[in-house]
Amino acid sequence: MYAVRQWSVRHARGLNRFYRVFESLLVRMAPLWSAIGHERLEKPFAFAERNVKGLLFDCQMCGQCVLSSTGMSCPMNCPKNLRNGPCGGVRENGHCEVKPEMRCVWVAAFDGAQRIPDGLKTMSGVQFALDRRAQGRSSWLRVVREKTGGENAGTKP
Amino acid sequence: MRFDDEPVPGYPLPILPGHVSPGRFERVLRAGGFAVTSELAPPDSADPEDVYKRARVFDGYVDAINATDGSGANCHMSSLGVCALLTRVGYAPIMQISCRDKNRIAIQGDILGGAAMGVCNMLCLTGDGVQAGDHPQAKPVFDLDCVSLLGIARTLRDEHRFQSGRKITFAPRVFLGAAENPCSPPLDWRPQRLAKKIDAGAQFIQTQYVYDMQRLRLFMTRVDDLGLAGKIFILAGVGPLRSAKAATWMRDNVPGLFIPDILIQRLQGAQDQAREGRNICVELIQQAREIKGVSGVHVMAYRQEESVAEVIQRSGVLDGRVPWYPGRDQTPLENRTAS
Repeated sequence: MYAVRQWSVRHARGLNRFYRVFESLLVRMAPLWSAIGHERLEKPFAFAERNVKGLLFDCQMCGQCVLSSTGMSCPMNCPKNLRNGPCGGVRENGHCEVKPEMRCVWVAAFDGAQRIPDGLKTMSGVQFALDRRAQGRSSWLRVVREKTGGENAGTKP
Repeated sequence: MRFDDEPVPGYPLPILPGHVSPGRFERVLRAGGFAVTSELAPPDSADPEDVYKRARVFDGYVDAINATDGSGANCHMSSLGVCALLTRVGYAPIMQISCRDKNRIAIQGDILGGAAMGVCNMLCLTGDGVQAGDHPQAKPVFDLDCVSLLGIARTLRDEHRFQSGRKITFAPRVFLGAAENPCSPPLDWRPQRLAKKIDAGAQFIQTQYVYDMQRLRLFMTRVDDLGLAGKIFILAGVGPLRSAKAATWMRDNVPGLFIPDILIQRLQGAQDQAREGRNICVELIQQAREIKGVSGVHVMAYRQEESVAEVIQRSGVLDGRVPWYPGRDQTPLENRTAS
């Protein structure tokens, strides 16, 4: 929901801090996830992610979440799916060229990133092209795989 | 301007150390020249002569010609097609690649194809949304964004492989560019975004129209502060406004375009508004040249391309230099189309 999404950007600092704790917990529990099997967990994880992140960020389930690097503003809500910053069409009032009623997700990202310690620095990192096969899959499990180098580690760009 | 090692003008040049392409545009910039580029509106036609006619109006005034890729999300002859025609007679095109209509498979193929035909410069763009154009019912692709596209183009050139990792046998030797809009929000983050584009592989930038030089100055100061000044060639986007009415329409309908009221008032007060528009453009070019770090201008004059020569001539930025065009040195280049 648009209003909740804007709230999330305003509370980027808290949400980011919460996610850091949540992520380290997830990673610490990696052996458990491996024991159950990532494939078996895929559906419940994706379900939870879709609902939680869907509510907070209008998550589009790209499967390669970068919210911490985008000030808690989901770049997949950009009509052009831009993951590296705003296009040149942002209106004078900071709204989207394609959807004039919507605040540009990157204007929001710039706002959110300033609330997160080192947020602007993180946002300046280049995001490589999406792996479209991850669409609809759990990003949390992917993070666990990437951080532990365990089974089915996500494909690197 | 003729390079000593130019075998036949218009043909690919030897690639000098520190250069990536055999093109004249990169040569001019790296030699410290103030480069001038313009934009060719691709025809709604399959007649090659329509392309050549549109290119000829720039003869002797531009170092490279942008071939737009469905700009404004409107359907026209493809940028690859226009580039194929232009390189046949020796013009130096800048092939625009938009992420709107093609996925990474098609785009990488076009980069190879374009380079094989002698395209030395490619401009990586995100592209306008389909809602802006004449086919709003089309599917927007946006598989890549301009930054990931830059990365992929650089990988092809420098690492000789596709994004998939599969090797290519002969790399495209292309000078890579991107666009930037110094006048569009979030203004404070725009220089950072430029840094990102440089990280991803951009070597030159052509900006969106700048009608407020103060914004460009501020942008350039920040670019300098970030230590990016020596890493990128920036060409300021300028263009003549046809009338106060046209300017108002553009300001209200072209997203990301900022035209200060004072300019519109100035046009309103003029007897010949089109002429005043060109006067303003000449002044903007001269002001842009004075800004530290600006390496050239990109003159966009949609539907008034014939005015480009005049504004460049009057601005004096070429310093008497005559960029190459087919026939400039009376070489038999024009016959190459027939052969």
